[in-house]
Amino acid sequence: MCTIVPISLTVGANRIVPTIAIPHPLGNPALSLEEERDIRRNLLTRALKALETEVTDQTVFEK
Amino acid sequence: MLKIVHYINQFFANVGGEEMAHIPAEVREGVVGPGLAFQQAFKGEAEIVATIVCGDSYFNENMDEAKSTVIKMVKEYQPDLFIAGPAFNAGRYGVACGTIAQAVKDELNIPVLTGMYAENPGADMFKNTIYIVSTKNSAAGMRDAVKKMAPLALKLAKGEKIGASAEEGYMPNGKRVNFFEKDRGSKRAVKMLLAKLADKEFETELPMPDFDRVAPNPAVKDITKAKIALVTSGGIVPKGNPDHIESSNASKYGKYDIDGVMDLTEETYQTAHGGYDPVYANLDADRVLPVDVLREFEKEGKIGSLHRYYYSTVGNGTAVKNAKGFAAEYAKELKADGVDAVILTST
Repeated sequence: MCTIVPISLTVGANRIVPTIAIPHPLGNPALSLEEERDIRRNLLTRALKALETEVTDQTVFEK
Repeated sequence: MLKIVHYINQFFANVGGEEMAHIPAEVREGVVGPGLAFQQAFKGEAEIVATIVCGDSYFNENMDEAKSTVIKMVKEYQPDLFIAGPAFNAGRYGVACGTIAQAVKDELNIPVLTGMYAENPGADMFKNTIYIVSTKNSAAGMRDAVKKMAPLALKLAKGEKIGASAEEGYMPNGKRVNFFEKDRGSKRAVKMLLAKLADKEFETELPMPDFDRVAPNPAVKDITKAKIALVTSGGIVPKGNPDHIESSNASKYGKYDIDGVMDLTEETYQTAHGGYDPVYANLDADRVLPVDVLREFEKEGKIGSLHRYYYSTVGNGTAVKNAKGFAAEYAKELKADGVDAVILTST
């Protein structure tokens, strides 16, 4: 899970979930704590989906 | 005239192919096989006084004995330089060339030179300690190899100063030498950019490390039963950074017990990372290492469990070699602990 997807592609990660921002990949301090937690839940749900998905090559899980 | 001893395998000595790869080392007076091309390229400045021929299998299977025999043979001639190969992409030959050249250099204190294809296993093993000229991957590249190796051979034999790898044609050996460029940086950068825009060749002054590729692991069959671990390069550590993980160029990683930890708070966790604004991670480290939500998932049955330990380092100018070393260590532990999948977060 990373914000700068091209770096993850360069270093060879196979399942990539794009995140919010460099200093807070899994949060957004501009939002309320509840809204932030929702974002984090969504991103991690996507990460779990990525782990459950067969891939043959580097894959970015946008949604 | 400069004296050179040349090492080649059974194939290049025209003794035979695989069926003769078992022959032990023997000395022949003068030039054999590819030595002829070298001799011509030396234009009378150097002479190959002896050629040592050794089977590739013999050398690799009897390395200690072969090494000491060949060293004795080389010593007799007291040459100014020892050349091995070129080995192109022949694996055992490349390893033999590198091994024997290294041994001659170390034990007889004679300059050495070999040549091989960049992907020959011998190249990675020895390119940092001896001069290895990069060749094509088959003997069809002999002429090209000799053209690059012969001038460097003469320089080495004469004890002259050896220039940068890009000028002399040897494989980069990781050594850096300071020098003054003729043009200033801005001018060189613009030149490179113009070449790039015009699809012309240009040479970067900051080559990227070679990152390896791994085949993707199979999907996790049932994520609701899986044990998930967290690993981060975002520098999340217990408050106070007990292991003193460096804020940049990290030389270590930490392993931290989160048994019973439901939420990372300002009082208990922080980031050690010096490469991004730490304010948000210090206020709530879940923004980098999402322990809180994974605990919820655990309770809701969305995952089997969250692994008891998380691993953390600072990915800020950290050497690829270090990072690779960390991962090799903790991956072993994660496997031994029965972890099914890892979520890595980076900042």
